[in-house]
Amino acid sequence: MLAYYLRLAWISIRQSPGLSFLMVLAIGLGIGAAMTTVTVNYLMSANPIPHKSEQLFYVQLDSWDPHQPANENGDPPDQLTYRDATALLAAKKAYRQVIQAQIGAVVEPDNKDSLPFQVSGRANSADFFAMFDVPFLYGGGWSENADAEMQQVIVLSQGLNERLFGGKDSVGQKVKLAGDYYQVVGVMANWQPRPRFYDVTTGAFNEVEEFFLPFSHISTQKISRNGNTNCWKPSGEGYQAFLESECIWTQMWVELRNDSEKQQYLDFLNAYVSEQKKLGRFERPINNRLSDVMQWMQNQQVVAEDANLMMVLSLMFLLVCLLNTIGLLLAKFLSKAPQIGLRQALGASRQHLFAQYLTEAGCIGIAGGLLGLLLAWLGLQGISLLYGDEMKGLAQLDVAMVALAMLLALVSSLLAGLYPTWRACTVQPSQQLKSQ
Amino acid sequence: MLELGPIFRALLRQKVGAVLIALQIALTLSIMVNAIFMMQQRSEQMARPSGLDEANLFYLSNTVFGENYNHKAALDDDLRLIRGIPGVLDATQINAIPLSGGGWSMSLQNKAGEGENGIGVAVYMVDEHGINTLGVELIKGENFQSTDIEWRAASAVDWPARTMISQAMAESLFPGKWESALGQTVYINNNEPMQITGIIKTLQAPWNGWDGVERSMLVPYQLEGRNNRYLIRTEPGRRDELMPIIEKALAESDKNRIIRSVTSLEETRNESYRGHNALNKILMLVIVVLTLITAFGIVGLAMFSINRRRRQIGTRRALGATQLQVMRYFMLENLIISSLGVAIGVGAAIGLNIWLVSKFELKPLEPQLLLAGVVALYLVGQLAVLYPARKAAAIAPATATRSV
Repeated sequence: MLAYYLRLAWISIRQSPGLSFLMVLAIGLGIGAAMTTVTVNYLMSANPIPHKSEQLFYVQLDSWDPHQPANENGDPPDQLTYRDATALLAAKKAYRQVIQAQIGAVVEPDNKDSLPFQVSGRANSADFFAMFDVPFLYGGGWSENADAEMQQVIVLSQGLNERLFGGKDSVGQKVKLAGDYYQVVGVMANWQPRPRFYDVTTGAFNEVEEFFLPFSHISTQKISRNGNTNCWKPSGEGYQAFLESECIWTQMWVELRNDSEKQQYLDFLNAYVSEQKKLGRFERPINNRLSDVMQWMQNQQVVAEDANLMMVLSLMFLLVCLLNTIGLLLAKFLSKAPQIGLRQALGASRQHLFAQYLTEAGCIGIAGGLLGLLLAWLGLQGISLLYGDEMKGLAQLDVAMVALAMLLALVSSLLAGLYPTWRACTVQPSQQLKSQ
Repeated sequence: MLELGPIFRALLRQKVGAVLIALQIALTLSIMVNAIFMMQQRSEQMARPSGLDEANLFYLSNTVFGENYNHKAALDDDLRLIRGIPGVLDATQINAIPLSGGGWSMSLQNKAGEGENGIGVAVYMVDEHGINTLGVELIKGENFQSTDIEWRAASAVDWPARTMISQAMAESLFPGKWESALGQTVYINNNEPMQITGIIKTLQAPWNGWDGVERSMLVPYQLEGRNNRYLIRTEPGRRDELMPIIEKALAESDKNRIIRSVTSLEETRNESYRGHNALNKILMLVIVVLTLITAFGIVGLAMFSINRRRRQIGTRRALGATQLQVMRYFMLENLIISSLGVAIGVGAAIGLNIWLVSKFELKPLEPQLLLAGVVALYLVGQLAVLYPARKAAAIAPATATRSV
């Protein structure tokens, strides 16, 4: 039966090529626009570490100015002071914990012919690699001891290892960085979580850094920090005073395996702040937060506002295209009234007619969906072109999106076809036959 | 004289088609008006002057890695070298670049003390060449003297005794009498006094999305640090030619540092407003395609309704209706449908705008724009129906006598 319906649909589509083309175009444009924006949103709002995103928590303490809140909505500041971060790390109350900050340094290759170059890096404590499931090509992270003893160890990204050592296993080799030699303990395999959830304050879709070294090196001031620093209270003279100041520039994540661990950790944070209050710090009401990965992504508005705006508009655009298709299908099917009357008189049941016209609507939908996919692909190319690096890796179609596009096209065209089909099937055969 | 009555009654007999077109027009209107409004807002933001001589400015990063480096001597050498190159108008070390998105902000207050109301301001640390290099206009007071310039060690926390501020900052500190700001003392870090010795017409902060983007201050400082920036202004038209020359001259003069990120201010502006530009282009495309889709929808439906009424039209022509009258019939029919659509659309546009304002950082719609959108859609409707109407008018009176 389906083959017969398909043949009838094909004949009918060929009878009015202009109109059919218009319908396919309308659905195609609607689906294309919707899929372009939905894809960008879907990739922006993806869970970067699905298997443990509910066990990783971003730590916030409200150490801000007693006279005004850090954020208008009452949220605590988005980073920690160095003194609080190091104190919480030392307390080791979570299953795993990491403190970190973004840094940068100049690498001087041993080869006298190559010029020194600037690289982006991260200073982090030892648990970083285990907590965030960082894949390694060679070697691995460093131990807690390395942190505490400020050992000159370093983990390289695959790219930097390629540049410095031609991609060979460089574990045990030395790299001259920021004027000092660091020993390579590990080389990461390709790793690019999107969003780069572990630090969204410096750009949620930035590249992963090129090197990692123990956080304790920050205290020597040899390594230059380049993340965000915010102060509500002037710090004293000198670097030591800066480290002890109320300036926030350090970030902390903890891994807590279940609700009771989370509750215990929150209690610990509250106790810590109460203790600090006695020292005259933390003059604001207690406002400590633990946000899991997806909560933190939402809080930091990782999905850009423009992306949401475009999605809303493109869905409305799809609606216009569907209204268009309904109108055109209605016109088309109603013009077939004489034919429908004739077929009914010859014994075709309403169900059969219904199935047949819906098949036709579905065919147009699938054709529109295919066109829509092409347009979505073009749209995403356009978006990468317009936004450049900002959208790197965020403008690609994957299997799920292709399937969604086809489903959306089919469902929306069937929905659009429902009313026109119903109207076509309620044609009175006698009247149609009479007028002939 | 106008056949409004018959047209209306005929429309009632095929309500659904008419309603569908009207709904399309309504949605198109509401999307169009809101999209154009968003585009306008962004274009306005992009059109704000930075105050700088943007076309002839570029900057570069100087990253030092050598040990025991004499930063002060190196800076003096570098600036002398750059300023001596033919074609360079002026150069200064600067801590942040307008429009770049990265910078330093502080807050100034009228009265000393904690808990006083502070006003956020972007800080640019420059020497006495700052004003000339940036190309900003000093409208009151005097530029820094070379003796005012202090050396700021990497760990320093105090501030110099004088500053020049933008007119917008002066207005924020002294509402309604910005001129009086000159010579006044304001406080930074709650308690440290600074005297305002100059007022600059326009100088934007580095963050274009900040609502205080017009508030900035110049501070007479040269900075110690392993990472610093030089801003260079060239004679008109010589920027691109000088960029590689200066990069090379600096890199070769001292091997203990890297010269990198040599960038023109034009590139920085483009990068800074890239999202705005991109969204505007996308919105433009959406509006055009949407209007076309709606127009084609109108054409398609009108053609069908005309084809169904061929005999009727023929009869009218046989009874003496002129071609013009037939055309007028369909144009009027479209006008009625458009009116329904526009009526719903105005409501929907306002509703959508209210929702967008509540969800996103948008401003309420301007009524003129809504009116323009209404006119535009009437026009689109009339233009779209023109072709089908002419087809209808061309139907021969003899059609009435033929059977199907």
